[in-house]
Amino acid sequence: MPADATSTAAYETVIGLEVHVQLRTASKLFCGCANRFGAEPNTLTCPVCLGLPGSLPVMNREAFRLAVKAALALDCTIAGFTKWDRKNYFYPDLPKGYQISQFDLPFSEHGRLEAVDPKGSFPPREVRIRRVHLEEDAGKSMHDEAAGTADSRIDLNRTGTPLLEIVSEPDLRSAAEARCWLGELRLLLVYLGVSDCNMQEGSLRVDANVNLHIPREGGVAKTPIVEIKNMNSFRSVERALAYEAGRQFEQWQATGEELGSAPKQTRGWDDAAGITRGQRHKEESSDYRYFPEPDLVPVTVSTAEIDAIRGAMGESPRALRSRLEECWAISAYDADVLVGQGRELVDYFERLATLVGEGKLASNWMQQDVLRTLNERAIGIDEFPVAPEGLAEVIGRVKQGEFDTSRGREIFAAMITSGRTAEEVVAEMGIAAVGDDELITLCRELVEANPKIVADVRGGKEQAAGGLIGQAKRKNPNVNPAKVRETCLEIIRGLG
Amino acid sequence: MSLTRDDVRKVAALARLALDDDELERMTRELSTIVGFVSQLEQLDTSKVEPLAHPLGTTDVFREDVARESLPAAEALANAPRHDGSCFLVPAVLGD
Amino acid sequence: MQPADRSAMELAAAVAAGEISAAECTRGHLAQIEATDDSINAFLHVAAEAAIAQAEAIDAKRAAGRSLGPLAGVPVAVKDALCTRDMPTTCASKMLAGYRPPYDADTVARLRAADAVIIGKTNMDEFAMGASNENSAFGPVANPWDTSRATGGSSGGSAACVAAGMTPASIGSDTGGSIRQPAGLCGITGLKPTYGRVSRRGLVAFASSLDQIGPMARSAADCGLLLETIAGHDPLDSTSLAAEVPPYTQLLEEPLCGVRIGRVAEHFGEGLDGEVAAAVEEAFAALEAAGATIHDIELPHAKYGVATYYLIAPSEASSNLARYDGVHYGHRTEAPCRGEGFDSPLVEMYCRSRSEGFGPEVKRRVMLGTYALSAGYYDAYYKRALQVRRLIRQDYLDAFEKVDLIGGPVSATPAFPLGEKTNDPLAMYLLDLYTVATNLAGVCGISFPCGFTAGGLPIGFQLQGPALAEPLVLRAADRYQRLTDWHRRRPAMATG
Repeated sequence: MPADATSTAAYETVIGLEVHVQLRTASKLFCGCANRFGAEPNTLTCPVCLGLPGSLPVMNREAFRLAVKAALALDCTIAGFTKWDRKNYFYPDLPKGYQISQFDLPFSEHGRLEAVDPKGSFPPREVRIRRVHLEEDAGKSMHDEAAGTADSRIDLNRTGTPLLEIVSEPDLRSAAEARCWLGELRLLLVYLGVSDCNMQEGSLRVDANVNLHIPREGGVAKTPIVEIKNMNSFRSVERALAYEAGRQFEQWQATGEELGSAPKQTRGWDDAAGITRGQRHKEESSDYRYFPEPDLVPVTVSTAEIDAIRGAMGESPRALRSRLEECWAISAYDADVLVGQGRELVDYFERLATLVGEGKLASNWMQQDVLRTLNERAIGIDEFPVAPEGLAEVIGRVKQGEFDTSRGREIFAAMITSGRTAEEVVAEMGIAAVGDDELITLCRELVEANPKIVADVRGGKEQAAGGLIGQAKRKNPNVNPAKVRETCLEIIRGLG
Repeated sequence: MSLTRDDVRKVAALARLALDDDELERMTRELSTIVGFVSQLEQLDTSKVEPLAHPLGTTDVFREDVARESLPAAEALANAPRHDGSCFLVPAVLGD
Repeated sequence: MQPADRSAMELAAAVAAGEISAAECTRGHLAQIEATDDSINAFLHVAAEAAIAQAEAIDAKRAAGRSLGPLAGVPVAVKDALCTRDMPTTCASKMLAGYRPPYDADTVARLRAADAVIIGKTNMDEFAMGASNENSAFGPVANPWDTSRATGGSSGGSAACVAAGMTPASIGSDTGGSIRQPAGLCGITGLKPTYGRVSRRGLVAFASSLDQIGPMARSAADCGLLLETIAGHDPLDSTSLAAEVPPYTQLLEEPLCGVRIGRVAEHFGEGLDGEVAAAVEEAFAALEAAGATIHDIELPHAKYGVATYYLIAPSEASSNLARYDGVHYGHRTEAPCRGEGFDSPLVEMYCRSRSEGFGPEVKRRVMLGTYALSAGYYDAYYKRALQVRRLIRQDYLDAFEKVDLIGGPVSATPAFPLGEKTNDPLAMYLLDLYTVATNLAGVCGISFPCGFTAGGLPIGFQLQGPALAEPLVLRAADRYQRLTDWHRRRPAMATG
């Protein structure tokens, strides 16, 4: 990754983000076409989203409800009266020649969301949200350079998909903060069931606005604001911002150009080359001639409706993290990892922790064995083959000393692969507790067979006894390594 | 209120219309006359008047979130001036 | 009496009673079209085969004893601004030459469901922009009373075909007078319903907050019959009213005693033709003799109606017509677009396609609307017009506290010679003087014949009513038509 030029004392990097998320509705915003990704081109269209003559939009109730839900979760105020506006411009992926959006009376504004790094690499950053509004998505234009034609291909499946536009104030101060904030936003919206927030599928898109505040004699120099587009992953966002800050500083040192001296520039991020490039200057792109959408009537929202939506919202990731830390005495880092995996995994964890009676222990097992399996198999917790009860049994038996942790993990692994219960696996593996006498006999054998280790231990190197554990396990896999070590040391000490 | 040829050229560009010199000349004259006429509204004091965008003031019209059948691609493309059976075709969209 | 002389009501009754077959009725009207339309040019598309097939199907239905819709066998012509799945829909524009919508307008679907026979699509001013039907890309429509004169517009074809006896009824659309004014100039009855009374779905939009579809026929009763079929809530049109549809034809009996009709002194200014003024005053007298009382009222802001309309309508139109860009449907230029002199080949394609496809009036209004909405001009023009609109609407609300209906002229002059006003766009706009305010306020209005000039040209009278007052408006017009004969007069070509 290019050096993060956003974190430096030479200047302050000022970043604002504009995020578009597609809402998880069954149908599009203004028509009944399915809201689905990946279909064959132009198979999810109708007169309305094709913008055919005579077609009319009708607002999707669920889309509006999800929008309000998201805005409430972002602490925004919800307007009692909101209206729709036309944003007029010509583009082949915009069949009506205008986008139905919201201009002067968006349904929500003035919210906030905090970016908190669980590793604490920066202090928590509260980012104010200027506005959240609802609008329709455009289609896709594809240009295949390789095919050598002079044509672009237009697929209108995506037109009319409900889109939430979330605009932050320029409160972010580093690329890392921006990435973290995006992660938090994504997690929140996924938890709410508002969006899939999948950048690969286009259900989450990010543009950034960035400039520098450079302290110099006589005050602060501000560089012109640059809009950065074409960042296709959170990592790209971080890299792009990191790069752009450095580029702007170099540019300022060379030209001294400050905010206001030139129109706002747009630059596209080239992930392969690791740089931003200036884009073609679009002439009158800013005169959208907004006016109230005559085909849609305004929407009113009552406090009762807001309360109802708020009441059905469920815990936010932030609230959940706090609660897990408090109730289960786990670290902020652990809470962050668990919550980051989604509500269902958290539910699994809480059930497990309840059965086991220990939060930290449950958390360790979740993070190591459960998460690893989920990742390896690319499945969600809903497809995980062992229920919390099954895992709790294994953990319980380890706690009782029936077998040690590493044995327990082997058992658990076998349960995952075979689908059998702990009891069945234990029986199959021939695991039986090793009796004290049997253990002592075994240790005596080992001590006799390993004079060098005995000499080391007697010479003060107790850790050398560790070498006996492996041998003990080979003779009898059921032995508890800690007990082996303890017993051997006793025997060696007893040798006089 | 008179429009200049330059004003008209800019509006034509915004509206994606190509006007030749004759048309530009005529349009400038005609639009100036019409805009002059509609400017009579300045005579009224509207400072305390809310704009009326929807004549009958209804609100809150929604549709339930139910997916319905879409048009088959062939129908969606049926009136397209140029298509390749799957997508609409246009001169290359640059700077994407 | 020839089938072509009968009213829609009479024909519906005759078909239902078996006195005449739907096929015979349709053939009779097709013959009249054949005999007269060459000199009128009312039709852009005559669906002879489909109409006969439809009529025969209705006859078969009747023979099989199945129930018939209320308009069974009645031939109806539809303005070419409404989408018809099985017929071209051109809006009299080269832009949509050959365009075939994949769906029927709500009005068309309702007419079909009522077993009306859709006999063809009528000529109009291009994209409904005009007051003379001289703005059609497919030739003007001639007035059946004097073929050297215009019919008025934009529903000129729909008015002429009824006047000439080609159909007993037709469907038009009215944005600033486009049903009422041609009805007045052609001696027939035309109704603009309350905004939202009839669904706009499938009506190619001109000015969305002003457009309404309405019936045109030779009597108010017939208009009521058609309105019963086409009015009603459409959940797919957000601006459609949920109010129930009264049985208009059953509400015509009640006499006019006690009905208060307003008369606006300002209507009778200098510009009003003397013969028109006289006929209108006589109509007031007739209504008074029928039991109504006439009251002087004021509509203080009516004089600003044309200016207000010619800001709002072109603004909405400039946006509604942005979809005609040659990309997804409609005319695309065949010129090789290499982008010389334009921002890009794509922009060149847009500009050439639109300039080739649109006629001069359409271009004028698109330009005017684009200007009125553009940055720096929005407040002074578009927004101000919306404010005056509220004042105009308030005038009506105030007036309707004092009176039940407002009477007056529908047009300042009778039908004018073709070509007389085509060089003066503003003069053409002023023809809408008496009709635009109805659309701005969203209320309803009907026009019907109240006399003839010495030269034999029809003179129209307009009655406006409050929102959803169609029953009263139709009743008043019907009562007038029981007491007078103007609506029964036919031009020579209609009587064969």
